[in-house]
Order: sequence, then C-alpha cells, then structure tokens
Amino acid sequence: MPPEENPTAPAHDAPHPALPEGAIRLLNPDGTLVPGAQAPMGREEAVRLYEAMRRQRILDERMLVLQRQGRIGFYGAAQGEEAAVFASAAALRPTDWVVPALRQAGILLMRGLPLYEYLCQLLGNADDVTRGRQMPCHPEGSRFHYLTMSSCIATQVPHATGLALAAKKKGRDDVAVGYTGDGATSEGDFHAGLVMAAALRAPAVFVVQNNQWSISVPVSRQSAARNLASRARATGIPSALVDGNDAFAVYDATRRAVERARSGGGPSLIEAYTYRMGAHTTSDDPSRYRDEGVTAAWRPLDPVDRLRRWLERAGLWTGEREEALSQGWVQEIKEVWARAEAVPRPGVDSLFEDVFRAPTGEIVEQRDALRAHVERFGSASDEAH
Amino acid sequence: MSVMNIIQAVHSALDSELARDPDVVVFGEDVGRFGGVFRATDGLQAKYGEDRVFDTPLSEAGIVGTAIGMAAYGMRPVPEIQFADFIYPAFDQIVNEMAKMRYRSGGRIGQPVTIRTPVGGGIRGGHYHSQSPEAYFAHTPGLKVVCPSNPYDAKGLLISAIRDDDPVLFLEPKRVYRAARGEVPDEPYTLPLGKAARVAEGEHVTVLTYGATVHEALKAAEIARGEGLALDVLDLRSLVPLDEEAILESVARTGRVVIVHEAPRNCGFGAELAARIAEKALLHLECPIERVAGFDTPFPYTLEMDYLPDAKRIVAAARRAFSY
Amino acid sequence: MPRTLQVREALNEALAEEMERDERVFVMGEEVGHYQGAYKVTRGLLERFGPRRVWDTPINEGGFAGIGIGAAMVGLRPVIEFMTFNFSLVAFDQIVNNAAKIRQMSAGRLSVPIVFRGGGGAARMLAAQHSQATEPYYAHVPGLKVVVPSTPAEYKGLLKASIRDDNPVVFIESELMYGAKGEVPDGEYVIPLGVADVKRPGTDCTVVSWGRILHTALEAAEVLAKEHGIECEVVDPRTLRPLDEQAIFASVRKTNRCVVVHEGWRYGGVGAEVVDRVQSSCFDWLDAPVERVCNVDVPQPYARELEELVLPSVERVVDAVRRASYR
Repeated sequence: MPPEENPTAPAHDAPHPALPEGAIRLLNPDGTLVPGAQAPMGREEAVRLYEAMRRQRILDERMLVLQRQGRIGFYGAAQGEEAAVFASAAALRPTDWVVPALRQAGILLMRGLPLYEYLCQLLGNADDVTRGRQMPCHPEGSRFHYLTMSSCIATQVPHATGLALAAKKKGRDDVAVGYTGDGATSEGDFHAGLVMAAALRAPAVFVVQNNQWSISVPVSRQSAARNLASRARATGIPSALVDGNDAFAVYDATRRAVERARSGGGPSLIEAYTYRMGAHTTSDDPSRYRDEGVTAAWRPLDPVDRLRRWLERAGLWTGEREEALSQGWVQEIKEVWARAEAVPRPGVDSLFEDVFRAPTGEIVEQRDALRAHVERFGSASDEAH
Repeated sequence: MSVMNIIQAVHSALDSELARDPDVVVFGEDVGRFGGVFRATDGLQAKYGEDRVFDTPLSEAGIVGTAIGMAAYGMRPVPEIQFADFIYPAFDQIVNEMAKMRYRSGGRIGQPVTIRTPVGGGIRGGHYHSQSPEAYFAHTPGLKVVCPSNPYDAKGLLISAIRDDDPVLFLEPKRVYRAARGEVPDEPYTLPLGKAARVAEGEHVTVLTYGATVHEALKAAEIARGEGLALDVLDLRSLVPLDEEAILESVARTGRVVIVHEAPRNCGFGAELAARIAEKALLHLECPIERVAGFDTPFPYTLEMDYLPDAKRIVAAARRAFSY
Repeated sequence: MPRTLQVREALNEALAEEMERDERVFVMGEEVGHYQGAYKVTRGLLERFGPRRVWDTPINEGGFAGIGIGAAMVGLRPVIEFMTFNFSLVAFDQIVNNAAKIRQMSAGRLSVPIVFRGGGGAARMLAAQHSQATEPYYAHVPGLKVVVPSTPAEYKGLLKASIRDDNPVVFIESELMYGAKGEVPDGEYVIPLGVADVKRPGTDCTVVSWGRILHTALEAAEVLAKEHGIECEVVDPRTLRPLDEQAIFASVRKTNRCVVVHEGWRYGGVGAEVVDRVQSSCFDWLDAPVERVCNVDVPQPYARELEELVLPSVERVVDAVRRASYR
C-alpha cells in the first residue's frame, strides 16, 4: 500500500511575524520598553552592542556583493538575526566558549578577531590560519574561545556540552554556549547534546536561533511542537522563549542562563524567535519557495533598527554617530579587503599539514609525490584559474 | 611485574594515566559505578572520584561529541564505546568532527581523545556484539587506529594512545580479553604507535595480522612448522600509522604473504595491505598475496567459529602461497 | 533517437518512470518536494505524484533513513535522497546495522528494497565535510550494493535497476555532474548492476576508473595515445559492489598492466580492493606493479586551487600509466 499523505506537514505557508504565545519581549519595535521592563544592560554596553550589530549588517551586505561578483565562494549572512547572535554573546565573558552554527562568525569580530583574519578566511588564502581548507564563514577562533564551525548540522551541540563539562571538571567557572538554528533541533546530535548536558549538569547554554527556515523548509514542517523551547523540557533542561529580534530580551535571557550555569545550576536553552531576512546562503534563492511579502512584513521588526531607536530615545545615539560608524567601517572593510585579496593562495605543502600533529608515512609520501608532480607539471590550480 | 590479562592491562594503563594527568577523564555507558561491562574500569571511580570516571547517558553521539568538546578545552578524554558495534551512531562525530578538527582549526585545536572499544567476535555475541570496524576508521585521514593482541602491548599502547595528541581508536580484541595473559610491568611504560612486532620468525611466508587473530597466526605457525614451513608473523599493533618498513622487510625475505583479519574481506584493511605490497614489492613476490578474512556477510551467531579466520585457514593459505 | 540530457534530467526521468511504473516507489528527503531537491533532481515530482509519494522531511538523516528502511520492510520501495552523501554518515548506523543486515537477520523473510541516493565526492569548494567520497565506507558493508555511475545514460539506467533491486542500494552521484550532458536512449531501458563497461578499448594498459573521475582517466588516455603511443583500455565497473572483477581481469590479462584511478582517499579505499583482486587473480600476467591514483589522504580543503591538487589529475594519471608501462 502506498504511504498516506504526510500527516505532520501542514500547509506550506510562511509564518507571520506575530510574537508566539509565551515569548518574552522587553523592547518594542518602536524602541520603547514594554510597560514594567527595564534595560538589562548599561548604557555604554548597549551602545557597543548596537555597534557590533550594525557593523555585522554592513559587513554582510558588503560580502554578499563580493560573493555575487565571484570574489568569495560562499557566504551565510546574519541579516535579521543580529540581536539573537550579538546580544546573546554580549552576555558572556571573553573566556566563555562560543560554539557556533552558520551565522555567528561575527561574534569573533566582537571578541577582537582582526577583520583581516576574518576576510582572509573568506578568501581561503595563505594568511588564513586554516589555509583555505574550510568554506567561508568557518573561521578558527580558539584564542577567542570560539570553536570553528562545523558544516554538519547539530554536531556542535555535544561539543558545547563537552567544553562546558571540561570547564567544570577543571574547576573553572567558564560556560559554553552552543548555537543552532531551528532545523538542527530535529537532529539526533541535538538531543544527544542536551541529554548529556542535563544528566551531567554541564554549565552549558543552548541558543536556538529559530529563523523559521531550514533552507526551504518552514519550521512548521520541522516540528509539530508549538515551539522549539519545548524540545528541552523532555531532557530536564529549563528553557525560555524570547523575541529574538529584541536585543534586550535575548541579552537578559542569556545572562540569566549563564549565571545559572556558572553557579552550578546546570544547562538551559533559549529559543530566540526571529526571521531569516535573506537567503539561507548565497547558494540559495528563497523567492522560489517562500512569500517574500511575509519577509517584508518582518522588516519593521528589524533588530538593529529597534535597538537604535531605543538608543536614540535615550539620547545615546545620533544620526551623526550613525554616519561616522557606517562610513568608517565601510572604508575599513574596503582597505582591509584590498590587502586580503592580494594575498596569494596557500602553498601545496599546507594541504598535508595538521592531519596529524606529525604526519604519518603515507602523508609524507603523498606530499613528496605531489611536490615533485607540481614541480614538473605545474599546479592544477593554475589551470583552475 | 604481574601476570595480567588484557582487561587488567587496560585497567592498569587507565589507572596510571588517571594518576599521572589530571586532564585524563574516563567515561561511557556503565564505566563508573559498575566498572564497565568487561570490568576494564573496575574501581576507578572509587579511586579517582565521580568527576573523573563517570557514567553517561546511553548516547554514543553524545559521548563522542562531548569528548570532542572536552578535548577542545584541553582535557584528554578516554571515552568508552561499550561495543564497537554501537559506534556507528557516533560515526559522523568521529569521521566528520574529531578526525578533522586539527585540520579545520589550522592546528590550533587538537583532539587528544582515545576512544576505547571492544571489537571482534568469538564471544557468541551475534551481529551486534562482534563487529570489527577498523577499515572505516583506517580510511579516514586524521584518525589513528591501534589494536593490541596481548596484555603487555595493550598497556604500553594504551598509555601511548592517551598521551598522543591526535585522536586514537583503540580497538580491544575482546575474544582474548581474558585468554591472553602475560607479564606486565606494574609501572607505566609506553610503546610507540606505528611499530609492528615480529611474534614468530620464519623465512617462508609472511603473515600480517593484528588483534585476536595474532593468536590464530601463532597457532598456525606452530602447525606449519611441523610441516617444515616457517611463518614470519608480524603483529601490526597499529594500522594507522602503519609500520610499512617492517612489512616490506619481511616480504623482501619471504616473497610470500598471507594477510589475516576478522573483518569482512571486501574493502577490508587487508586490501590496503595487499595493495601496498603489490605496489611496492611486486618484484619480490613469488606468488599472489593471500587474504584470510571474515566473510562478506553479517557476523553470525551459531557459526561464528567458522566465520572467524582460524589457524587451519591460515595454514591452508600459507601452503597455497608456498606451493604456488 | 537518443536525446541529449543533463544528469539531473536523466535521474529525474528514472525516478518519474519508476514511480509511474510501480506505485510502491516513493521519494523522501530534505527539500525533495517543494524545493524540488537541492540539485533539482526531483523537479516536478511533487506536482505530478502528489504529497503521498514525495515527502519533505525534517533535518534528521538517521530518522528518515530509518523510516525508509521500515517502509521498505513492509513492501514499499523508498528512494531516499541525502542532500549530500556526506550527511549519510549521520545515518550510518541505520544503513550499516539495519538496512544491510535485515534480510539476513530475518532469514530472508524481510527485504529492504531501498535506494539511498545523493551527491558525493568533491563538490567544488565545499570543503572537508561536504566533499567526501563515501563509497569505501559502504563498499565494505556486506548486504549493500554500491553504484557509482559516470554518464547520463548510466545514471538513468542504473538508477532504474537500483530501484527495482530487492536489496539496499547506495547510489552515489557526483555533485559536479548534475549539469553534465550526454546522450540518453529513448524508451525504456535498465542497466544491470554488477556489469562493467569498457569505456575505451586499448591494448597497452588497463585503467580501472569510475564516477566523475573516469572522465579524467579518459582524457589521460587520449593524451597517452597521442603523446606517448600508449593505448589504454579504460574499464568502468559502474558498480563497486558487486564488482565485475572478471571484466577487469580479462582486460589486465590482455594488457598486463593496471592503474586504478578514483576519487576519494587512497588509504583503505576501494582501489585497494581492486588492486588486491588484480594481483591475486592476474599475478602471472602482471608486468608491473598496479598503481593507484586517488585523492591525497587529507580532508578536502576548501580553496579551489588546493581542491584541484587533492583530486586525481590528467597529469597524475598519465604519470602513473607511464610508470606502469616503463615508458
């Protein structure tokens, strides 16, 4: 007998930008605080957070242009999700580990990674610390307590558990924050990571950036549950559902979760309800599968503009500062990009490094053979260009 | 010196490394309170505390994934997968994450993880307590694969594996967990990874093997000696890195090779050994390389002893090679 | 009249024809329905066959591989798409410990007529975790068949045979070949699994190769003929398990030399199995060591130039054949 119609698949409609039931919001889209709410961070901290978010928006826009020009192979932007990314990271100490998914690389810049290194990684050139081994948006940032991203979905969740557990076992009070999107919550490894963290009381925080889309599949087809925060409940992990476009709500929830973890209270999960304003990555075209009218309806909820409105109301931000930030950053990107783009590709030998701490026999053998081959015939890469 | 079996030797290695290095932690299903289903971690939790020797939920991907995170933080986790047959839920974590982390991080993040897991048949374990998965891991760049055959090697190799800065799959031949006994120093010592041991000397046929089948090869050498056939038996001990030098040296002397392993033959690790010898020593070869392996079927229950390569099959292969 | 089709169109025809022919066939995977597949292989199928037979799934490879295995056990014929075959590693336990073993475990009372299909190998700048040639992992597993086609006509004929096969089939496509064009016969045809094809006849050296990289081997064969006077016989096994070893042996016994060219790591790769079988069964015919030209044993790098260096190239094949020919 043929299969019945997939019963868990509701109509293929895009979600409307209404805040889901039970979600916490502190900052309204117009930049006013909701009645009774207070700003959860200091004024200067709020300014710094805003600057990081705005810089990311500008950087993403610029990199998408370069990708379209064929100068970068691939890019995954954070557009629309800046609050979920940066406000959660802002609630951490520099020694707390960040275990990212696709859209969190900007946290590295916030933590001090030079833009030059970031751009060299996008180019995969000789100055990239991983020497062109990884796709763009996979920077290495261990000195900033940032684990390089894995292209695999949800595999990083147990890694966050492990980093957190190791901190605890070494008697330090560092916390690890593991990021995923909504689709990753379907994966076995997501549950494996949560189950382990719960049972071993790892000081971990899991941030689910629910941007409503796993490439083309809406969250309604990813899960029959009312929200993704509920995924944590079965493992015994407390969770919070917050307006992911509200930097204050995200920051406040993360701060509480981090405090809880740091003081021995165990892991928590935060679902940041947001929207992917752009394509999944540059390999994708969302107009083919979703109603971009809905995307437009999300625009007034923009997380970056929202925080700016609050800053302006509080007298902390002006059009002049905005202009200065924007112009300065665009200029910096332009200059640093020019430097990075001039860097040659990595040498052939770099292929064989870092497979093991010291290469095994067959790797040495193959390195020598390739070296000899390239000396004789030139590099196949030359032809590829 | 004490006489130990392999379990005791593994225990002794874990004990010494837990004592030596506070970053070493041992965990897995049933390893803590119970001391492991094979008792390899017996008493270690009582001695080192629940912080360093602990039970985990039943989640192989979780166990390995957590180990990866702990290693990234600077610890030396020694997780146990209770049976190698259950390692596949963690396959993606091992192959796609652990094996590539050093490469992906430009050498910044190592993975000094040793995954211990019992392999192989002969204990009436059927499909799911008998498999030998070494070929999958040996094929994956970035992983080391070690398989001892006796207590002395088990202790020295396990200590080396734990101290190694790269991820090691430490495959313990459970068929001879208790049967293989021998003298083992009580103090810690290391054996280099990637060095084979010549366990029988002979000039007629080279036999290459590792793990439990080393004992079958030794029996075969004895039977063959009665027929005037001298087998040169190499216990490879580690598949990655591989002691190619020792292999080629032996093949240059004998010109004849029999490769023995329990795992299914097709695309098994023996194929790599045979291909390397055929590539590098063809002109020394007097006859085709023989492979004696598990059959290309799932691992059986009742007929497991017929499935497993034994001394008779090894002798028959050696005879075929010799009389070619 | 043969038509010129892209690989993705050939696959799409195979799926549509088999779905038309057999109501039990259905397609499941991430993005196969509304999005029509990450590489558009399932284009139009949802519209034509409806949501009963084209299922979009959540991101859970272990989950939908397992569901497919269950459905196959009770008589359906699922075709599971992995967006890339790299993601099948998350479902490895389901494939190795369930799909491959259930027939034997149930004494033949249950079978698992399922096809796992998707792109494998280098995918142009997708790096270590999206570029692996996973076929050696599956070729080692008793109970699985492993198919790696190389031309649009074979993509179609072999996929149809795989869907009709009563055993689990791992059908590994090339992510770089979905747009590749070639002649595809009109009308109904299937290509049996386990039968090799001589892609280029020759007398001097046997080259065994499959999948996308076969085309590199063929290019090398032309160079060898023109510039070195060496005529290669290029044998494409098409199915790695079962392997048509007799076709390979017949060629080697004629040429006395053999070079194996494949994508994927060398150490413990499928090439090792081929080399061993050749040395074992053609020992007295071999005039030179059997060479292997494979990826170098490192994770696939991202940078275009490094990626190219890792993969077998025409020059490396030419070199190996010349070494084997002592010329």
